[in-house]
Parts: sequence; C-alpha cells; structure tokens
Amino acid sequence: MMASAPEYAREDSPHRNRVVQWFDERFGWERLLAPLRHKTVPVHKLSYWYFLGGMTLFLFMIQVLTGILLLLYYRPSANEAFESVQYVMTQVKFGWLVRSIHSWSANLMIFFAFAHMFSVLFLRAYSKPRELTWLTGMVLLFLALGFGFSGYLLPWNTLAFFATKVGTEITGQVPLIGKPLLIFLRGGEEVTGATLTRFFGFHVALLPGITTMLIAIHILLIQRLGMSVPPGQEAAWNALPAERREMPFFPNFFLRELMAWYIALGVLGVLSAVYPWELGAKADPFVAAPAGIKPEWYFMFMFQTLKLIPAKVGPIDGELLGILGFGLAGLIWALLPFLGGDRYGRRQVFIRGLGIFALAYMLSMTIYGYVVAK
Amino acid sequence: MQHAETANRPEPARRRLMQFLLGGGLLASAASFLYPIVRYLVPPAAVDLGGDSVVAAKVGELKVNSGKIFRFGSRPGLLVYTSEGEYRAMSAVCTHLNCTVQYRSDVREVWCACHNGFYDLNGRNVAGPPPRPLDSYDVHVNGDDVVVSRRRGA
Repeated sequence: MMASAPEYAREDSPHRNRVVQWFDERFGWERLLAPLRHKTVPVHKLSYWYFLGGMTLFLFMIQVLTGILLLLYYRPSANEAFESVQYVMTQVKFGWLVRSIHSWSANLMIFFAFAHMFSVLFLRAYSKPRELTWLTGMVLLFLALGFGFSGYLLPWNTLAFFATKVGTEITGQVPLIGKPLLIFLRGGEEVTGATLTRFFGFHVALLPGITTMLIAIHILLIQRLGMSVPPGQEAAWNALPAERREMPFFPNFFLRELMAWYIALGVLGVLSAVYPWELGAKADPFVAAPAGIKPEWYFMFMFQTLKLIPAKVGPIDGELLGILGFGLAGLIWALLPFLGGDRYGRRQVFIRGLGIFALAYMLSMTIYGYVVAK
Repeated sequence: MQHAETANRPEPARRRLMQFLLGGGLLASAASFLYPIVRYLVPPAAVDLGGDSVVAAKVGELKVNSGKIFRFGSRPGLLVYTSEGEYRAMSAVCTHLNCTVQYRSDVREVWCACHNGFYDLNGRNVAGPPPRPLDSYDVHVNGDDVVVSRRRGA
C-alpha cells in the first residue's frame, strides 16, 4: 500500500501553505521532499529493530546540544579544565544536569550503536546492496569510540588521566606507526596539558565534523536503498504477496520514532537526576594510579583480554598480539559485507556464527572484567 | 491535517479534551526541557572581590601631569596627578561604549581612543560621543599610599 501524496502537498490543496509554495517555486521543494513522502517502512514482528539507528541519531543530537552548552563554561587547559567542570557542576544553574545528560547520553549512544550494529548483522541488512551503509556505520561506530575516549579526558580528573595514559600507550605498541601516533595523540612524550588541548580539538571540532558528514551519507544511503526486510520475512512475503505490510515513513513511522525519542529523553532526565555523573579528584601526574582503575565499559572487553594475555606468546609480545588481533578483527568486521557474498548464500550462516561468537565474547569479557576480576 | 472520516469521528467535546490534554502535556514537558537550558545560559553572578577602596599608587610614583590605570575591583580606574600637584581619580570605563580611557598630558584631559571622546579632570564629558560623565572617586594620601575610594551614596 503505497501512500499517495499527503493532502497538503497537492497543488490544489487549500492547506498548501504560502511559505511552502514560495520555496517550491524556487527550489522545487516538493520534488526534493518527494522521496521522503514515498518512503515506507515494512511492518513485521521484527520492525522494532528499526528504531535502534534512529535512537543512536537522537542521542547524537542530544550530545551536540549539551556539548555546545558545556562549551559555554568549559576551559581546555590543564590548570583550568577540572575547575571549570567543577564550576559547571556546583555554580551554574542546572550545570550538573547538562553535564550528566551529556555523559549518560554518550554511554547510551555507544550502547545503541553497538545494538544497532548487531541487529543489522543478525537481520542480514548489511549484505548487497547495503555494503556502503554498513561500512559508513562501522566508521561511525569507531568515531563514537573516539568521541568517548577523547571526551573522557576533558574533565582532567585522575581516572581520565590514567585512562588516557594507558589508552595512548597501547596505541604506541603498534609496530612502525605506533610511536609517531603516540606522540601525535599526546602532543609530546607524556600525557600533559598539551594532550588535553589536542583531545579537546578532536572532541569538539574534528570528530563532530567528520561524524556529521558520515551520518549524512549513512542516512542518504538508507533513504536511497530503503529499509531492509529480514530474509525470512522477505521469503514469506514473496510466497504470499498479499501479506506484505508497510507504513509510510512520514508521518506514521516518524511519529512512532518521536515517541521513542521522547521516552529516551525522559530516561536520560531520570538517570541524570538519580545518578548524576561524578567528577572525582583533579589529575595529578605525580600521584600513583588508584587501585581498581578500569576503562569505560565499552573498552572493557579489550582491556580484560589484554590483561589475560601472557607477557610473551612464543616470540611475540603478548600485548602486541592482542592489539594486532583486535585491529585485524575490527578490519574484518568493517569489511564483512564484502566477505559475505550472496545474501542467501551459505557464508551467511558462517557470518551469523561469527556475530554470535563476537557478541558472546564481548559480553563475557565485560562481565569478567567487572565481576570476577575485581 | 485531519484525515479522519466524518463518519467515525468522535464527538467534538471528547476530541477537544483529548487534544487539550495531549497538547498541554507536550507543551508542559517542552517547557520543562527548555527551562533548565535557559537558566543554564545565564552565567552565575561573578563575585566582585574589590572592596570600596584600593591603593592605586605609591606617593611619588606618578610624575606631574600624568595618569595611571589601576585595578578597582574587576574594572579599571584612572588616577591622574595634575600639573597643580593634585590627585584625581575616576572610573576608566568610557560611558560611551565601555572602552578604557587614558590621560592625555598634551591636552590635559581624559581621552577615549575608541571614538575620540574627551572628559575633563572632574570626569565631565566635554567633547565627542560620551553621553555621561565618568564616575569620580575620592582620593586621599595615607602615609606612602595613594588610596582611592568610592563615594558614599554616589
């Protein structure tokens, strides 16, 4: 059931607004919006998974908004960063709320990006013709992790300081490019105020710019290719075409998405009010690392793996082996649609197995890191 | 954008109530999202640590017919040692557009470089765009210190 153009879009409609008409005469507005009006969303029992990408996008928009608000008071220098965040938390009206929402939303955004990635994998939405959508999505996921890593340092507290020391040190282990990369990231040999200035630049200028561009491409591709229907459902509908169900994206699906976003906003508010984000103690390069120090939860599975690998595996450094392993896994993961072949082919079964293994591995290592290895 | 068929439209009163509740709820929650943001945008009032008086200079520091900008709380003040050997003190913030003024020994007046405004040594605006006189302060010498203080009730 293809929806016909809504009433207000028709030439002869009395609802056709003068402003819309003004733009239409100059830009061909209606033709520009036509694809959006014709876009439909398949309706089936797995339709709820379609919300995950939109939810990630919504949380990103929250990040942009609260990030801009934080920029009004934040000062990116080793002498002032911690104090300025403290000022936001204690002196500025609702500053604690804005910062807590920024932190909670960041974590939820990464969670939803991972959930979105796995749902796309298990529903086989990544295969031809959607290879580029998957690839841009994977780069966006890596960028999100970059956002997390760079943003974590900005309050300049003890945990952030050591997390950055360890994280950049790991980068330094990569053969050949490791050392120059470490110097580039730290702005010198050590984590200092120079590192903070760089991370600030990455976090508020470089990453948002690239991310916004990639999101635009990602969404354009989705718009162009339409929503993927899971293979099982597709087969069932092909057998019984009368069973096929769709809803217009605009406004039907969009309003449902808005409802989900509205609920998410409520959840963010509650989380921030009940569990406001802590600030900790100001970073001091000449104080020992506190016991029980651990990275953000989304880096935990890697952190825990590196802890478990022995110092030497045969002739190779254990650490190096872990880093190269994760690097290779990430690369293969990003290229999955190119390795998977046909959407209904036998290799898909293998890829699903790989997905289940990866998910199980990440979950168990994360739990291990938090519960067992305390 | 109402597409509902006339046949199955609920009676108007009930529909109006639903619309009121839904719209009102959305409006109220939107206000509750915007309120914290608006409050956040207003910077907390800065505490002016400057008291009512300050040591602006040491005796002998200023030559005759010269001026000095000193810090008075969070704003600059201007101390002038006139050719008659008198101290004068006033706010150094131009009443036109907030630039910091200076003493011009050649014309023996206070001058604002931004838009060529002139004040006399009592702070009265005498030429150019300034609309009001500069706030003038009391000066007295206490031992070695030239002390500037705000005028009571001024």
